Amino acid sequence: MADEILQVRHIEKYYGSKGNLTKAINDLSFAVERGEYVGIMGASGSGKTTLLNCISTIDKVTSGSIRVGGMEITNLKGSLLNRFRREDLGFIFQDFNLLDTMTAYENIALALSIQKKNAKEINQKVMEIAGQLGIVEILGKYPYQMSGGQKQRVAAARAVITKPKLVLADEPTGALDSKAARMLLQSMEYLNRDLDTTILMVTHDAFTASYANRIIFIKDGQVFTELLKEAGEARKTFFNRIIDVVTLLGGELQDVV
Amino acid sequence: MLFKLSFKNIRKSFKDYMIYFLTLILGVAIFYVFNALDSQQAMLAVSSSTKGIMKLMVSMLSGVSVGVAFVLGFLIIYANNFLIKRRKKEFAVYMTLGMGKSGVSKILFGETVMIGCISLGIGLLIGVFASQFMSILVAKMFEADMTAFVFTVSGDAVIKTMIYFGIMYLIVILFNTAMLSKYQLIDLLHAKRKVEKSRLKNSYFAVLVFLLASLFLSYAYYSVTIDYSRLSESKIMIMIGIGCVTTYLIFWSLSGFLLKLVQKAGRVYLRGLNAFILRQLNSNVNTSVFSMTIICLLFFVTICVLSAGFSVTSSLKKQLTALTPVDINIYKSLDWPEEGHTPEQIEDSGLSVSETLDRLGIDKELFKEDWVETTIYAAPEYTVEKFLGTFAEKAAAKFPRMIFSTVEDIMGISEYNMLAERYGLPVYTLEEGKYIELCDFDDIAAIRNEALLAGTKVEIGNYTLEPQYTECQYGFVNISNLHSNSGITLVPDEVIEAELGKALGREKSFFAADYRAETREGKAKAEETILSIDGTQMAEAGLECDLDAMSKIAIYESSIGLATIATFIAIYLGIIFLIAGAALLALKELSESADNKERYQILHKIGVDKKMQNHALLWQMGIFFGFPMFLAVIHSIFGIQFAQNVLSVMYRKEDMIDMILVTAAILVLIYGIYFIATYTGCKRIIEER
Repeated sequence: MADEILQVRHIEKYYGSKGNLTKAINDLSFAVERGEYVGIMGASGSGKTTLLNCISTIDKVTSGSIRVGGMEITNLKGSLLNRFRREDLGFIFQDFNLLDTMTAYENIALALSIQKKNAKEINQKVMEIAGQLGIVEILGKYPYQMSGGQKQRVAAARAVITKPKLVLADEPTGALDSKAARMLLQSMEYLNRDLDTTILMVTHDAFTASYANRIIFIKDGQVFTELLKEAGEARKTFFNRIIDVVTLLGGELQDVV
Repeated sequence: MLFKLSFKNIRKSFKDYMIYFLTLILGVAIFYVFNALDSQQAMLAVSSSTKGIMKLMVSMLSGVSVGVAFVLGFLIIYANNFLIKRRKKEFAVYMTLGMGKSGVSKILFGETVMIGCISLGIGLLIGVFASQFMSILVAKMFEADMTAFVFTVSGDAVIKTMIYFGIMYLIVILFNTAMLSKYQLIDLLHAKRKVEKSRLKNSYFAVLVFLLASLFLSYAYYSVTIDYSRLSESKIMIMIGIGCVTTYLIFWSLSGFLLKLVQKAGRVYLRGLNAFILRQLNSNVNTSVFSMTIICLLFFVTICVLSAGFSVTSSLKKQLTALTPVDINIYKSLDWPEEGHTPEQIEDSGLSVSETLDRLGIDKELFKEDWVETTIYAAPEYTVEKFLGTFAEKAAAKFPRMIFSTVEDIMGISEYNMLAERYGLPVYTLEEGKYIELCDFDDIAAIRNEALLAGTKVEIGNYTLEPQYTECQYGFVNISNLHSNSGITLVPDEVIEAELGKALGREKSFFAADYRAETREGKAKAEETILSIDGTQMAEAGLECDLDAMSKIAIYESSIGLATIATFIAIYLGIIFLIAGAALLALKELSESADNKERYQILHKIGVDKKMQNHALLWQMGIFFGFPMFLAVIHSIFGIQFAQNVLSVMYRKEDMIDMILVTAAILVLIYGIYFIATYTGCKRIIEER
């Protein structure tokens, strides 16, 4: 494909020393196209978090290549690395990672102000994304005054306001109740469908995963299988197919919904 | 086994304990230095009369040391508690592994003992070296003979330091045990940071409070400086009260005010990490308003006390050299009235100082031959009140204790010039029909100047004299430790000749000389001869009168001695307060760094590079450390001016600048060490992932 935002080629990640080697990722390859919404599923210990850490440059691969927008990121260092993280990636974490001392507005604006954007532009963009995600009325609030769902939507707004090439979401619904989770997932769906945001989401929750367009299943550090949501397919049927695979994985995903 | 664990713990967490160590070591060193003063070589080298003052100083210092020990004790316990709290998780691990509380206590005991030994060892070592420098300082202040430098260690001070700090460490151990016994395992395990309820304030209210506080503070500043003359004692207390309360309010509202201010200038607020830094500050400052206030006020007191203490000694020394041009002044009142005195007394009161010395059989060879004797005259009609005329009332308001009925001292111009030449003071030429007023007591000179400007005439018998200058001229007769000549009127010699015995009488015979002896011992011996003259000696010589004397040595010893005691105690307390304040701030900041760590990690995740993070941390800490200092400096600018006003009666103004600089250097050095230690400590905590 010509327009691949993310290319992961034969990456391996080993932990430990010679005598006691753990292969967290073992020869894993896949690609994500522009505008895709990809879910990565796997049991705990399957290597999905390690994979996300490697893509987000928080961790380093042992071998293999990861390209984001055509740029090799496995050997990025120093300021280039930070710049990549700042400009090309957006993050949504399970535990929100909002700064507790700052208001929602400031949290979202921070992503732009560290790129040294001017104040007028920042203000305009924050208001725009807040409108799209329905968080305008909480912009003046501090994280401790918000519900989990609100926090996560603020985090999502922060992740996408820089128009990154790729948004990485790590168990975004993990800390939310089902209603808040549904609202967040709808927001993410909107970001993907209407704003053309490319999203790579790691989750072990089949319901959350069913919002994605394609699911990559990982087992023991390798790609186990892939599911593609067909055009016009209802989310309910997609969900059922996901559950089938999960069952096929041998009940190793014990904590599915 | 447990001891080994203690040892490893210390080695591992040495960096965590850095501030604690720093405070202990500095505390021990300073404690030693000030308690070892008496055995320092300088002390052994000073003259015997100075020794009395030194003894007084040493005993005062050891008294102050008890208070200092309390301050340090509280500080150490506070710091220790802070460190223990950080380690709750670690204790929980020990306990889940089956170690009893007594086991954990033993580990802590071992740690405290080891930390105590290490800090005592290093602190004493530093103290011993520092006290050698102190010795040089003391020698300079007391003008001791330090030609042969000997390295001394005071055993007494070492033992005293060990006992005092030993007790402190013992209390720390007791505290630790008590604290541990209170803890439940479940609390220890879940000892994650308690989420501090952000006490966020309405920013507009904060702005209002800030502005009001600044207004009140300005009023207090105005009152103690420009409006100084209208201050009464109770008003001073009110101003101090306003100062303390407004300081608290300024810190309380500061971050809110800054935030609002920068937010209004939106462009700056959203640039880089500015918003983050301000928010950090907001949350940090809000939880430590009280400690910042205390620290600021401590600094303020320290700066004022230190600079005043230094200034007093330094200005004194400079002044003394100028004010004591000869070794001794001897004076004797002349021509007593007939009423109430025997004929013998009246006869003897006619003798001048040198005649009296001759009668006493004191050889003039004691003095260098350039001794000078003069006579001071007075006219009964010519009083201070008369001179000041209409300005007397004003003077009375300023100097309620001044006696205005005192007669003014009068001298013939040539007699004064003779003395002035001997003293190295300016000599004057009088025009006919004029007089010159000498006065170097600034505040009184100011009032006299008004009278002179108004052209006040002096009437003595048939003579009416006009002022030659519209200002008081510089000059004095008595050697003194202060500029204390409140007024001498110089008149033409012919006035004295013509009016003596009529409008004018002899008031005082005045004798000024240097001892012939050149050495310290020789001078002391000569002085002994003069000062030992008493009633019996007079009676033996068949005299019924008295001599008074003022000597250079006595002036030096009394004024330098007392000022030095004041300075030493000021330095001692000042440094201790400074350490206490800086340590409190440092611990406060370190205790926040667990929260900070999370926040900085978020920054890291969203791609803020390390340089920007460090920059933000530096700003955050810089403002946190800098602001109490900044406000304290502003307070001090006005406080020192106030102190100058209070002290101006005694000391000249220009001498203070140097000393303020020395003070600032000491403050910045100690504070700087704490700042750097805290910054690196926080940076390390943030960076460990």
